[in-house]
Amino acid sequence: MRRYDTSLQLIPESNPHMWDGVQKAGMIAFSIGLLGLVVSTLGGGPVYAGIGLGLTILGALVYIVQTRKDGPPGIKNHYIMFSSALSRGYLGWMAAIFMTGFYIILYFHPQHLKSLVVLVNPLQVWLSGSSAWNDKGEMSQWFLYGFLYTVTILVMGVRALIKYRHSRYQILRTLSVMFFQLAFAFTIPNVLAKLNDGLYFEWANIWPLRYYELFPYSVEDLLRNGALGKFMLFWSIASILVITPILTYFFGKRWYCSWVCGCGGLAETLGDGFRQNSDKSLRAWRVERWLIHSVLVLIVLTTGLMWLNHIYGGSVLGSLSGKFSIAYGFFIHSIFAGVIGTGFYPIMGSRVWCRFGCPMAAVLGLLQRYFSRFRITTNGGQCISCGNCSTYCEMGIDVRWYAQRGENIVRASCVGCGMCSAVCPRGVLNLENGPVRNRTGIPV
Amino acid sequence: MGGIVIIGNGIAGTTVARHVRKQSDRPVTMISSESRHFYSRPALMYVYMGHMKLDHLKPYEDWFWRKNDIELVFDYVRRIDPEEKRLFLANSPPIAYDKLVIATGSKSNYFGWPGQHLAGVQGLYNLQDLELMERNTRDIRSGVIVGGGLIGVEMAEMLRTRHIDVTFLVREDRYWGNILRSEEGAFIGRHLKQHHVDLRLETELKEILGDASGRVRAVVTHRGEEIPCQFVGLTAGVSPNLDLVRDSTIDTGRGVRVNTFLETSAPDIYACGDCAEICEREGERGRVEPLWYTGKMQAETLAKTLCGHRTAYDRGVWFNSAKFFDIEYQTYGMVSPEPQDHEDTLYWESPSGGQCFRLVYHKDSGVVTGMNSFGIRYRHRTFERWMKRGATVEEVLTNLDEANFDPEFFKRFEQSIVDAYNKTAARPVRLRRKKLLGLF
Repeated sequence: MRRYDTSLQLIPESNPHMWDGVQKAGMIAFSIGLLGLVVSTLGGGPVYAGIGLGLTILGALVYIVQTRKDGPPGIKNHYIMFSSALSRGYLGWMAAIFMTGFYIILYFHPQHLKSLVVLVNPLQVWLSGSSAWNDKGEMSQWFLYGFLYTVTILVMGVRALIKYRHSRYQILRTLSVMFFQLAFAFTIPNVLAKLNDGLYFEWANIWPLRYYELFPYSVEDLLRNGALGKFMLFWSIASILVITPILTYFFGKRWYCSWVCGCGGLAETLGDGFRQNSDKSLRAWRVERWLIHSVLVLIVLTTGLMWLNHIYGGSVLGSLSGKFSIAYGFFIHSIFAGVIGTGFYPIMGSRVWCRFGCPMAAVLGLLQRYFSRFRITTNGGQCISCGNCSTYCEMGIDVRWYAQRGENIVRASCVGCGMCSAVCPRGVLNLENGPVRNRTGIPV
Repeated sequence: MGGIVIIGNGIAGTTVARHVRKQSDRPVTMISSESRHFYSRPALMYVYMGHMKLDHLKPYEDWFWRKNDIELVFDYVRRIDPEEKRLFLANSPPIAYDKLVIATGSKSNYFGWPGQHLAGVQGLYNLQDLELMERNTRDIRSGVIVGGGLIGVEMAEMLRTRHIDVTFLVREDRYWGNILRSEEGAFIGRHLKQHHVDLRLETELKEILGDASGRVRAVVTHRGEEIPCQFVGLTAGVSPNLDLVRDSTIDTGRGVRVNTFLETSAPDIYACGDCAEICEREGERGRVEPLWYTGKMQAETLAKTLCGHRTAYDRGVWFNSAKFFDIEYQTYGMVSPEPQDHEDTLYWESPSGGQCFRLVYHKDSGVVTGMNSFGIRYRHRTFERWMKRGATVEEVLTNLDEANFDPEFFKRFEQSIVDAYNKTAARPVRLRRKKLLGLF
């Protein structure tokens, strides 16, 4: 007799009792790979790192493809709430601790990643023209991080593509984040660095998300690098002052947050299975508004101080602005965006950073709220208040609150992932761009 | 003064409470013995399937009721005393009311089948049914569902997520034969087969067989076929829940009889939602509308009456929606299950079999009176506007693109639908395209 024991639920719709040979093989490969990676951080050397990396990627892909091709296309969120890993069970907490630990090692103890850095160094040399070790013999872990980040988005992107294959919006959006990560965030910056004497520039990573991009030292660095450097500086300024307002006016913040941005890309792929863990309470919304706008104020202040200090030659503020920038980098960028933002996926949902911290999201949110054609439209009186939309909103918006009143959703935080529309069993919700007047759809 | 007391905290009762509170400061009390807080009944299936937890089904956070000064009583009403204007409860002292709203909902139909009281045999309507179903379907291999309606197909989907084999007994010659036309019924039937549901049409339940321990072991059909199973879902519709009012002086028929102002035969007592039987004229057989949407609209109307603006219930252009496994369904206006003499119809199905669409219109005037859509989302307000205005089939088809509510980048079928119409139409229709990006 086939049994469905929910207590052993590792991953939704996939009880180990019901795995076929291919799924089991995939999971075994993945587990051995993970073990290999752990051994490599304990000094096991690049061979372990190579076996570890290879087997985790291969195992994950085999498992994902075999699991997800089961059944006709459509929303299949079966068993998510019974899953220990996805529903804050002990496996979820273990995953959170593991991921948080990885970020702490990455930021503060990178020497443990040496085997992995050695492993991918040939690729780094080939792609970017420089080694992970500088002339003084100091190691940089950041190429490795970019590599792992990209691979994760690609592998988990395959999962999202299969899971949401019934929706062309989801397919195109997933392909978009995979493309922007692979091309704009990873390959192009490295290749350009190789061709231009190490000049590294991320085209799709906009200030204030890339917080130091408009600091005096970054700007001077770009100005030293000829026509290309000047164009990069022009691009940086145009990105935030021209491109962002125009695209957000027409399409909402989604053009960036869920189609282009790397943080968004990771949330939509690796984080997709955790999206239901975001807090939907009114209290969380209050915290969110205070926090995210405080971070925006902080980075604007920090950037301003840096420039003041630069203009007055450091005589006015002394080392204060430098301390501001270091503190921002440590507390906001490393701890908030990295350790908490990604490490806490299994506990607080996939958009912790995007929702509570990202200053770029704050700018886009203000634009979306007050100067945009974007809204989520509610289809008449068809809402049955089931709660699927709110449950699967990664930004913690209580979508149902609006939908059941027949009110359109105009919220600063909506990243336009389109999942509320996808999971709605009555076809009530739709992402639309339309006239700015009376966007909420409530008769005036 | 006792204020407004509402029996039942489903969509009807809750909507009355909320809308009264929007319009007045009168005390409002809501009594339920099913759940402490309002939850979405149509979403029960998602808890079983693991899409949501029970908490997710609550449309309002628990603080909402106190903040809006709506008192919640978790108790069972035993008796109404219309003379003294009092309610007697099972576990707490009597409650006085100034105005009383009966919103007790429905009960599953049991038609007296032999064996319907065996363990493992049940309907699905409330929270307690869901808990029972969780227990009844643990570690079983196969189930039989009786009755081809919406709850039946939901139950089939629920069981299939647990990899339980499903046999679906339907009395009519097609799925949901008292609502859907034969093409749509066959269309959904094919989809059910895709999901490995064993659909048995024109098959009636004769008897349910139990084992020595009193648990179901098989069902017998009217043809004498025995189908082994460990679970039987009885989903042959619902009827108004009259347990409370049947023995009172309040007039009942199929439901609690009310006029179009939702007033019962007793002074200051009203009824709305599933349990109400709305009678246009006195003594006539009324209509029962056991739908989420109508419950909500009736309650909004009743709230106005309770707050001093006596208002008649007018449900407007009919609409409904549902989902059959992966296929969403919307209907606007009226599409009768059998073709009518005075009307013409356009039926279209996509080549892939994932979508179908029907328009029903008057033979002579061409005025559109009903629409069915499966697998394509259409705008409620647009169709409502068209039908209120008496738009013709040509007008609707010309502007069909404007009514599409599918997400961006989805494949569009409007041209294909118009082509199907033009094949037989005297005057061809040209589809008007939506502007690119809404601008050009």
